[in-house]
Order: sequence, then structure tokens, then C-alpha cells
Amino acid sequence: MAERCAVIGVGQTHHKAKREDVSIAGLVREAAKMALADADLTWSDIDAVVIGKAPDMFEGNMMPEIYLAPALGAVGKPMFRVHTAGSVGGSTAIVAAHLISSGIHKRVLTVAYEKQSDSDAMWALSVPQPFAAPLLAGAGGYFAPHIRAYMRRSGAPDHIGRMVAVKDRKNAMRNPYAHLHLADIDMKMVEESMMLWDPLRYLEACPSSDGAAAMVLAAEDAVSGHYPPAWVHGMAMRSEPTMFAGRDQINPQAGRDCSADVYAQAGVTDPRAQFDCAEVYVPFSWYEPMWLENLGFCGQGDGWKLTEAGATAFDGDIPWNASGGVLSSNPIGASGMLRFLEVAMQVRGQAGEHQVDGAKLALGQAYGGGSQFFSMWVVGSAKP
Amino acid sequence: MADGTTDQGPVTMLATPISLDFEFTPGVAQSKFLRGLERGEFLGQRCGTCGQVYVPSRGTCPTDGVATTEDVVLGNSGTVTTYCVVNVPFAGQAIEIPYICAQILLDGANLSFMGLLQEIPTDQIRMGMRVEAVWVDEAELIPSLASVKYFRPNGEPDADYDTYKEYL
Ligand SMILES: [Zn+2]
Repeated sequence: MAERCAVIGVGQTHHKAKREDVSIAGLVREAAKMALADADLTWSDIDAVVIGKAPDMFEGNMMPEIYLAPALGAVGKPMFRVHTAGSVGGSTAIVAAHLISSGIHKRVLTVAYEKQSDSDAMWALSVPQPFAAPLLAGAGGYFAPHIRAYMRRSGAPDHIGRMVAVKDRKNAMRNPYAHLHLADIDMKMVEESMMLWDPLRYLEACPSSDGAAAMVLAAEDAVSGHYPPAWVHGMAMRSEPTMFAGRDQINPQAGRDCSADVYAQAGVTDPRAQFDCAEVYVPFSWYEPMWLENLGFCGQGDGWKLTEAGATAFDGDIPWNASGGVLSSNPIGASGMLRFLEVAMQVRGQAGEHQVDGAKLALGQAYGGGSQFFSMWVVGSAKP
Repeated sequence: MADGTTDQGPVTMLATPISLDFEFTPGVAQSKFLRGLERGEFLGQRCGTCGQVYVPSRGTCPTDGVATTEDVVLGNSGTVTTYCVVNVPFAGQAIEIPYICAQILLDGANLSFMGLLQEIPTDQIRMGMRVEAVWVDEAELIPSLASVKYFRPNGEPDADYDTYKEYL
């Protein structure tokens, strides 16, 4: 990276099943205004806007960035739309950060959102195609067979998925912005919830949320704001085809390559020891142990053992998703950016009740599509 | 209100249904696959570089970036590598729930695809189960996967995990 890049402002909406009080424009503006206030800036200080969301089919708005430009103060400025399915919130932040690290702009506003109450994601993800049987039943139907394969390959016991489902919802109780606040959540409640995509139960899956996330990124000589900056130590994206012979659907090559790249940039050789916390895209509970292995926090087949031992819990040695994660709030397009934003909050010391004590270096990860898009960044309180 | 409007609050939701009818040009490789279905057989393609057999073939090997040129007729039977039981209703659903959505590795192929599994209770399906395709009547065969009604157990013993673990 040529120029250093810092996160100097963050904002997010209160994520809910239905935000009937605001339009999509109102939703993104809410998060953006909060990020500007945190950075102690106004709309006129921003050089460019980078926006991301999941497929347009969800809400049925083609190219929504066109009509959202005025709401985001982008009139007369460069505006970019990014799209990489569920990983888009992360990719959007990375595209925005590239505009800083390349020296093109000094201050960039980046925003991501989804308004699932305006949308029918299940339908949009299940459109029939002439060369495939009409079997797809949303993202859960796609990922459940791969979860079953992980359980077989690793020998993980059934209760691991339920443990993650409980842990992330307990964490969400510390996060006022989280969609789900399930005060009574326990293993029994998860076990008794409806089996939607066997082996995945209702409470092992993410909710459908309305929400937006925003960050202000700045060059080193343009840093401002109420909290110390979070410095970007590394960022990377990778993709792979959904179908190729020999593809490892449980532990995708693109994820392994992406983490190797971002760790090399940040000088990370032992992620479990060096990171103070991580925010990782876990929309279905079993993706925690799967990504623990994919991200190299442990050896192959050992991810579930870390979860079972409590290593990823809020008081564990490597807390994962202290915010409650995607399992507690899933405004799809924003979900990846929330992972990136939450780790910035952690190293800035502004995470409030879910602050991990003394967090100095943290990993944000997002994935999307059929596990074929990955985006990651490493942020730290010290300059890279 | 003085200007003649009434304050009935914001309109919070309007349902505006849309529909899509789309044209689809399958191209050379998928045409072969679809014509195979019209004859009641699964046609795959082998990569000349790595030797892997793709079905349905998209005309290239994603790993080697070369055109797949050799056609391969695959078996009517295959192995369930993994599966889920769908029990969630949604708009536009084509099949009655609960149903078994299985990843099926056809004999002779190196890539599994998604198939509907029937003629077995949803709690008796297993990874490794051997299954066969059930086709529509010959007069009703068309160039579409709609020509395959579903898959069902073919009565053979389950495949050993080691024979399909590389395809998960
Ligand atoms: Zn090849």
C-alpha cells in the first residue's frame, strides 16, 4: 500500500426486521450521517462515495446507486457501486480504501445496505434455470449440504452448531444495534426451533434484517474524529468458480488464498495468537468452525474443538463476533461491511459493552455467493 | 389541515409485483448436455489437460482454462455425496416440502450436481447412498432437466466414504 489508510468514522443503523419509518434512502443516510459525525466531518469534506449492496433482484431496484446519490451527498462527486454478493460490504470497503491508498482521494465515504423487508431474498436466490433442477431453497438450502459434509469430514458433534447459535446471540445482548436480542437463548431453545434445511434449524440461521453500515476512510494527513483511527494493515479479495472438479466446498481455496495474502501484508503468521478478536461472516452457525479452519486459526478438522472449548466466546482467547455477528443481524449487503466496521470499532476502543479489552489488531472477513467471493481486512490501533 | 390534505401518516409499504420472462441461449457445450437430456442420457465433457469430467459442461475447464472437447456419456446411476432436507416454504416453490435436495455424483463424472431424491422417506437418506435417475416418458423428453423426474435409490450398497470424499 502506497498511502496509509485509516478508518476515522463509523455508523450503523439499528437493524430490525422492518424499518418502516425510513425508505432505503433514509436508511443509508442514517448510517452515513452517523459516520460523518464520528469523524467530525460534514458532507462537503467527502471526496467520493463507494456504495455496495447484494443483488438488485432482492428489492427489485435496478442500479439503486443512481437514486441514492443525492441522499449520500454524492452529487457532483465520483460514486461507485460494488457488487460481490454477500461479501459485498467487505469488497465495498476495500474499493473505498484503495481510493485512499492509491493517493487519489483524501476522504472517502463508503456505505452498504439491505432492506430485506422490501425484498424477497428467498425467491431471488431460487430462480429456476433451464440447466438445473428447481430445487434451490435460498441460501440455507445451498449451504446445508456443505455443513453436513463438514460434520462428516471433521467428526464434529451435533451440539457445536447450537453452541455458536447461543454464543453469538448472547454477544448481541451487548450490542444495542443488533437485530436479535434473545435474552433467554439457550441450547434447548435452539434445539427445539424448527428444522428448516436439515441439518440446519431456524435458530442456527441468520435473521432477515433492514440495515445499513457506513465508514469514513481517510489518508494519513486527513485524519480527524472523536476516536483514534483504525489503521488498515492489509486488505485482499479473492474469487473462485462455484463449480469445478476438485473444488473443496467446505474449505474453499479462495478463502485460504485471501487470508494468506492479507496475513502477509499485515505480518501475521499465527492468527489465533496475534489477533485480539475477529468479526467473521457466519450466517449459519456451522460456518464458525468451518471458517476457523479456512482462516488458519487451527489445523484442519479442529475448528469445532476451538468453538467447543470456548476459545471464540466473548471471554475466550480469540473472541469471534463479539457484536453478535451475522447470526444476530443480517442486512445482507451491509453484513460484510459490519464485520469490517466492528473490528475498526474494537481497535479504536469504541465498542462499548462488547468491547474486547485492549484490542489492538483484528481481522474482518466476509464471504458471498456459493462461497466463491472472499474479502478480508486487518486493522490495528498502531500505524502499519 | 389548512391546505386540504389530511395527515394519515406515512405509507409504509406498497406491494408492486413484477415478473420476468427471459430468453436463454445455452451455447455449444450446454446444447450438447440439453440434447443428451432429450435422448434420455447424461452427457458430460472431459478436460484434455486434467482429465476431469464435467456435467453439465460449460465448455471450458475452470481449473485449466481450456476448452473441453471430448464428449462422455455418463451412467444413469450415481452417489449421493451430501444432501439437505428442505422444509421451508417460499414464493414460487416448485416442489412440495419436505423434499430431499441431494448432491449427486454421476458414475463417470468428477463434479456433483443438485438433484431431487424421492421414493424414500426423508429420514432414511444417507451420504453415500446409490441412486438412479427416473426419466419422464420417452414422448415427453425435452432438452431440459425437467426430463429427469427425480432420482431414487437403486438398491446397491452404499458407496464407501473414501470413494466420494474428494467431491465434497
Ligand atoms: Zn482441466
